[in-house]
Amino acid sequence: MIGWLLAAPALAVLALAFLWPMAGLFRISLNRTTETGAMETALTTESYGKLLGDEFIRELVWNTLVLAGSSAAIAVALALPVALMVRAASPRWRGPLALMAIAPLLVSGTARLIGWMAILGDNGLINALLMGLGLRETPWPLINNWTGVRIGLVESLMPYAVLVLIAGLGRLDPRLEEAAATLGAGRVRTFFRVTLPLAAPALLAAWLLALVLGISAFITPRLMGGGRVFVLATEIYDQALEYVNWPAASALAMLLLGGLVLLMLLRAAVAKFAGGRA
Amino acid sequence: MRPSWMLRLFAAFGLLVLLAPGALVLVVSFSAGDFLTFPPPGFSLRWYEALFTHAGLMSALATSALLAAAVSALALLVGAPAAYAIARLDFPGRGVLATLLMAPLLLPTLVLGLGLLLVLQPLGLVATWPGLMLGHSLVAIPFAVRIMTTAFAAVPKELEAAAWTLGATPLRAALRVTLPNAAPGAIAAGVLTFLVSFDETVISLFLVGPRLTTLPVEMFRYAERTTDPLIAALAMSLIVFALLMVAVVERLMGFTRAMGRD
Repeated sequence: MIGWLLAAPALAVLALAFLWPMAGLFRISLNRTTETGAMETALTTESYGKLLGDEFIRELVWNTLVLAGSSAAIAVALALPVALMVRAASPRWRGPLALMAIAPLLVSGTARLIGWMAILGDNGLINALLMGLGLRETPWPLINNWTGVRIGLVESLMPYAVLVLIAGLGRLDPRLEEAAATLGAGRVRTFFRVTLPLAAPALLAAWLLALVLGISAFITPRLMGGGRVFVLATEIYDQALEYVNWPAASALAMLLLGGLVLLMLLRAAVAKFAGGRA
Repeated sequence: MRPSWMLRLFAAFGLLVLLAPGALVLVVSFSAGDFLTFPPPGFSLRWYEALFTHAGLMSALATSALLAAAVSALALLVGAPAAYAIARLDFPGRGVLATLLMAPLLLPTLVLGLGLLLVLQPLGLVATWPGLMLGHSLVAIPFAVRIMTTAFAAVPKELEAAAWTLGATPLRAALRVTLPNAAPGAIAAGVLTFLVSFDETVISLFLVGPRLTTLPVEMFRYAERTTDPLIAALAMSLIVFALLMVAVVERLMGFTRAMGRD
């Protein structure tokens, strides 16, 4: 009992900052937007109906899923060697390596995207190299499009994937890989036949986390897309602040939440399964 | 097993992807040119001068610093007792409590920000200090609780038990023995929650207005409109600040441990 009492102040603040707005969000998603764009108090699922019947929204959902799914997969693929390296490194190097991979988490996302603009822009590093070497006549459009958004998203998801993979690979017994080597398997064979299958639950967990984060990413699509890339998150923002259509924004946010809750339940099931095997 | 050269190569590429944006921001922020051009046409400090004399960004900086200080103080104040309960006490529903306190971190900040806008706007609390503080505590409190739980759990239980044996009440033992021993963790939690609030962008986007606005929001809006080396100079300043904070946390309790989930 004393435990709940000690936590009461924290719970009170969170109830005010979390439960109340979430209840408000749900309530307003049931309101009606009139022809003139004004909000009318009601109890109707009209906003949901409009969204589900809207071709543009269906395309938006699909684009968001493809972007998040592919970015999450690339992020996990790039994070795996980093996590394996952290695991294989000598204790002296383990800390600094992990720190380098995770430190971006605390650096402002906008600041890192400015760096990507300097790398990917028409006058950026990559195009300077390509055109300097005579490989291209005109700049390669790597920014203000889906490519730029995907690259920015991959980088922002990587530290999370590294964190999950370091935790997951830590439970993996290195003696199994040593046994494979002793029995004559080469490095590559050992990796594909022993390490990768054993790491599969951790990889899936990392991908699911990156997917959840990628689906709700807003800053990256907005800045790297240059206003030309539309995903669920940018649409919610525009509906709320540009068109001030609160019922539509809330209904879309509720749909997003529903999808994310399903994915999180799946992630918990994967974690349970992986934990049971380790 | 020693890592193969192939693993080293792939890992180096992964780290390159993670560190490249910071490196480019560093170079471009000292550019003498007018655009984010690489390589820069020359080097100068002009964009840092322009940054520190930019009235709008500097006033947003003051707001953000003050806000982050207030938010991290609030988060520690309400978060520490909760963390102590989770780390030290055995009571029914302890696991549920820990999950409840972490719940806001699971949801997208975009949805949290929208929800806050919808309930705070009718009350006229948008673009006010209480509104922004409430929004930021939403992400700062779970952070503070998580790090403080790790910090409290690291203090040996025997120390507190010894204090009880010597006649201290549980409250006195907690305040005079466990709390001082968890102090480095508490400072680390303060530093990290400060940074979380200082960098918070998406929730703030919904809660700011012309009257009151934060640095990350102004930076985001600036980058949406134009990209010149001024924004790189700002980005570099923020990166240096964040790295300093990370170094402090690393010394106090180990950054990886503070950020880790287990």
